[in-house]
Parts: sequence; structure tokens; C-alpha cells
Amino acid sequence: MGASPEPRQELNRVVEPGVTALSVTVHVSDLVLERRTPMWWWIGFGLSVGLLGLFVVALGWLFIRGVGIWGIDWPVAWGFAIGNYVWWVGMASGGTLISALFFLTRSEWRSATSRLAETMTVFCVACAGIMPVIHLGRWWYFYWLFPYPNTMALWPQFRSPLHWDFVAILVYVAGSVLFWYVGLLPDLATLRDRARRRWQRVLYGLLALGWQGSSLHWRQFKILYGLFAALMAPLVCSIHSIVGLDFAGGLTPGWHETQFPPYFVFGAALSGFAVVLMLVIPLRRALDLTGVITLRHVDVLARLMLTTSLLLSYCYLMEVFMPFYRGEEHEITVVMSELGGYYAPWYWAKIILNGVVPQLLWIRPLRLNRPVLFLVALCVVVGMWIERYVIVVGGLHRNYTESSWFVFMPTFWDWATLAGSVGLFLTGFFMALRFIPIVSMFELRELLHKKKTEGGR
Amino acid sequence: MSAHRGTGHTVRGTLAAFDSPDAMLEALRHLRQEGFTRLEVYSPYAVEEVDDLLGRKPQALPLIVVAAGVLGAVGGFFLQYWGMVLSYPLNIGGRPLNSWPAFSTTTFELAALAILLIGFLAFCTICRLPRLYDPIFDAPGFEQASQDRFLIWIAEREGRDDTELLRRLLPHGEGVHIDEVPA
Repeated sequence: MGASPEPRQELNRVVEPGVTALSVTVHVSDLVLERRTPMWWWIGFGLSVGLLGLFVVALGWLFIRGVGIWGIDWPVAWGFAIGNYVWWVGMASGGTLISALFFLTRSEWRSATSRLAETMTVFCVACAGIMPVIHLGRWWYFYWLFPYPNTMALWPQFRSPLHWDFVAILVYVAGSVLFWYVGLLPDLATLRDRARRRWQRVLYGLLALGWQGSSLHWRQFKILYGLFAALMAPLVCSIHSIVGLDFAGGLTPGWHETQFPPYFVFGAALSGFAVVLMLVIPLRRALDLTGVITLRHVDVLARLMLTTSLLLSYCYLMEVFMPFYRGEEHEITVVMSELGGYYAPWYWAKIILNGVVPQLLWIRPLRLNRPVLFLVALCVVVGMWIERYVIVVGGLHRNYTESSWFVFMPTFWDWATLAGSVGLFLTGFFMALRFIPIVSMFELRELLHKKKTEGGR
Repeated sequence: MSAHRGTGHTVRGTLAAFDSPDAMLEALRHLRQEGFTRLEVYSPYAVEEVDDLLGRKPQALPLIVVAAGVLGAVGGFFLQYWGMVLSYPLNIGGRPLNSWPAFSTTTFELAALAILLIGFLAFCTICRLPRLYDPIFDAPGFEQASQDRFLIWIAEREGRDDTELLRRLLPHGEGVHIDEVPA
């Protein structure tokens, strides 16, 4: 190996030559246990905490003054908060798809990126979970969504897609956290065993729950992990379908579409892969992980992004085609207002960012050019936020009653909530980078062993 | 002699460490041929064939998870049926009260929740986790089992001195004696 670095071959390698099981274990655990916290971490973490502070202020002001501080009003009662929710939960799907779906397909490239992607999922879901609660005018009554025995003998409306969504996000939060934690157990035990400082031993000793790596443990672990993967893959599709049904279940023009469940799954997958790429590209260099997160990973993620972009573009076409096919007058009005009305710049931005820009990835040199790829992924992440914004506001602002037409203008606090939630995500993610092994060490050990025995034959 | 509790070590034994899974499997085969039955393997990742050699099969966890799924689905559906049909029926335009298609997503989600939570708890119970201390942790070199070495623990057989036999059986492995403290 190595004499002629054939680009083809390079693209097929999930691990670079020279990487051994021990070197991965030592490197990844040293990132957490031994390495001095690098300057870029402090800068990134500082900025993130700053944004998180903004989030706290925005929420505090919201709790004092109520949702009137945002630009929402009737009929646009769903503004940024719901758009943000759909955006965050969509990005969260990236981690689940990579670690659950591609676990089931036994894809080799999954091992090195799964932990990073799952960690991303956990913090995206945290941001997503907050949004619907704060958009309730009286958020302190959010527990009314639980079916609990109450003196009014009332029940939540189990037939409403909004309640399905509440249940789905609850289960998805529990699922992604448990899936992440179970997958972490063997690696936490490695950290416990390699730690030299007392606080590290105590911390990782507690977190590892006393994992021994005995054959009993591994046997049960493999069953549980396989089961969780088999469950999380349909679960992630279910939650995005249900988010789609939140809209499809409403009679609002532009929302009442049967294609929404798959539309939302594709959109979620697209933004999920994009955000994983945005994290993988800088981190593989910054954390010196180029040996295990290779060009193959970058290439696969770029192809997945291209595929989901094509799927989503089909939905965009159908979205415009169907109202004309059905011939319902008001729906045509709404589509025309999206194409050429007040929100037209947003609409065309979404088409360009999610549908057109990813087409660059057909070209291999561009797909492998990390700065370009990063920018494409950034375009997609921004584009997906715009898509949610257009869906939420676009339908509502052209209601059936012409007299109630309304233009939604976001206020400072709308933007502060959006930016602040990014701060919450980044703060959590930076903490994770510092305190948990960001690559699944035991999976790579297994993969490397498999590669070695295959190569030896 | 105290009972064998999970992976807890209440008896003395020998711990042999190997550099590769193949050497470990080889030794395990010899040990099985010589009639050793109380063995346990500690490895940095799941090694196939170990379960076959030790003659162990996972049985409880899949069944528990299936049961949890059924419980979650039936319970989840009944929760909605109870609320919407029995406890507080609302006649909206004469639509059927038992609108099961509308209950299906929540039924699925609650089944998933039951599988996740009960599955994790069952996993912890079967693996005896959390168990922050186990005498095996005191064995010299045990911390290698979570990194790059493959260990076989061989329980001392009552009334027999296997020292010579083990020395013969584990020529490549580095045999380490450990004296176990009853847990």
C-alpha cells in the first residue's frame, strides 16, 4: 500500500494504513484524559456560552412578557419557535440515521462517525424539545399534554397530530439519549481504566456503571444495541412523519398535503447529513482524526446529502404541482404568493440552497474539496431553516379569509431565540468534545481486527 | 463455597492475558477440552466464537424486550381507548369513538418507549450493572481488558491443583494468579 496513492483506493479506505487498535484507543482517550484543552476549544466554547447567555436572556424576557415579544399574531401564530423546532429535530435525525440505519446495513464507514453524529443528535434534540414548550403561551401548563389523572377528568386529545408529536418527541429524546449512553458504556470503561487523575477515575468509573467487558456483558450489549438500532431507525422516520402530519393535519392552505410525512423525513435527513459534515470536516483535522475519519467518510456523507437533496427536490416540485392538479383556487393563490409574493425571496432561497447548490456534489473534485463541501453543507443547513420558515409562515399568512391576511415580521427576540438555541447546541457539543470519547473506540477496535484478518488472507 | 453471582467473583481463580483474540480463543478451546467449565472472557470488544466456546446463549433479553413491546403497545392503546371511549367520550359529528387509526402512532411510540426503558433496565439487571466495584478490578492487568488485551478467568476447581495443567495449557499467555476476595 502507499506507493501510488490512487484516488480510487484512497476513497475506499475506512481507516488509513498504520492505524492500530491500540493507537486509536490511546489517541481518542488521550483527547479526553491527557491533552491540554486547545485554544480553539476555549474560543469556540466562549462564543457558544455567550450565545447561550443570549438564549437565557431571551427566554427570561419571554417568561416575563409572554409570546407577544415575538412577531407572531393571528393568523400567523406559529412563527420562529415552531420553525426552529422542526429545524432542530430535523438535524437531529442525522445522528440517528448514521448510527441506527447504517448499523442495520452493517456499513463499515459508520463506526468512526457514529459517536460524533449521535452526540450531535442528543444536543439537537435538546434544542428541539425546548421550542414547542416555549411557544405555548402559558408554558407552565405544558404538563397538560401528559395523560395524568386530573380533577377536571380531562384527557389530552389523543387523536390530534400535535399530541402524537408530543409523544413522539418525548420518546425520541429518551431513545436518542439511551442509544447514545448504551453505546458509550464500553468506551467510558476504557476511560476509567486509562485515567490517571482521581477525579477522572471517579467520574468515568461512575458513568461506566462498572462495565467489565466480560463475555456476559458483550453478549447482552450486542443484543441491546442491535435492538435499539432496529428501533431507532423506524422511530426517526416516525417522528419526522408525525412532524409532517402536524402540518398536513391542519386545514391551512399549503399545509394540507398528503406528501408531507416523507417530505419531512427527506428534509430531516438532508439537514442531518449536512450538519454531520459541518462537524466532521473541521474536527477530523482539529482532533487529528484523519486516520479513522477518512476521505471515504466525507465522500459517503456528501453522496448521502446529494441523494436526499434530490428526494427533497422532487417533493418541492410536487408541492407546486399538486395545487394546480387539484385545481383548488385558494391553494393556487398560496402557491403563487410563495413563488412571487412577499416571501418569494425566502422561497427561492430555499430552492437554491437545498435543491440547486447540492447538485455541485455530482462533481467528484468538488465533493472531496473540504472547504467547498463545508460551504455546501452550510448552505443546506441554512436552507433547511428557511424551508421550515416558508412552510410555517407561508401557509398561515395567506389564510382562507382575505381580511385576515398578515405579514409576519420577526422581532429581535425571534432572532435572539434562534441564535441562542444555536448557542445551547454548541455549548453542549463543545462540552461533549472535551469530556467524552468522540469516536467509538471499541467499534474501531473490532473493525480494525476485521480488516487485519481480511488483509492477512 | 459461596454461590456464583453473575460475573461477580466469589471464588479464587487464575487470570490469563493474551495479546490477540486468536491466541485467547486457542487457549479457551484447550481449556474446554480439559473440562474447565467455570470460565469467563474479558475483551476490549465482542469476540465472536467466545459464546459458542463457553456454551452460552442469550435468552432472557430478547424475550423481555418482546414482552415490553407488547406491554407498551397494549397499554398504550388501552390508555387512549380508556380516555377517549370509556372515561370521557366526546361525540364529534357522530364519528366513531374508538378511532383506532388515530391511536396507532401513539401506540407505536409508547411501545417503543417501553422497549427502550425496560430493555435498558433488563440489560442492567442481567449484567449486574451498576456494580461499581468487583474484585476482578483488583486483578493486576485487568485494566488492559478494556483496551487491547484478552483475558480468560479460570475458576479454581475445588479440591484440585490445576497449576501444572494451566501452565501447560497456557504456554503463550501470561498467566497471572489472583486471589479473589469474596464479594
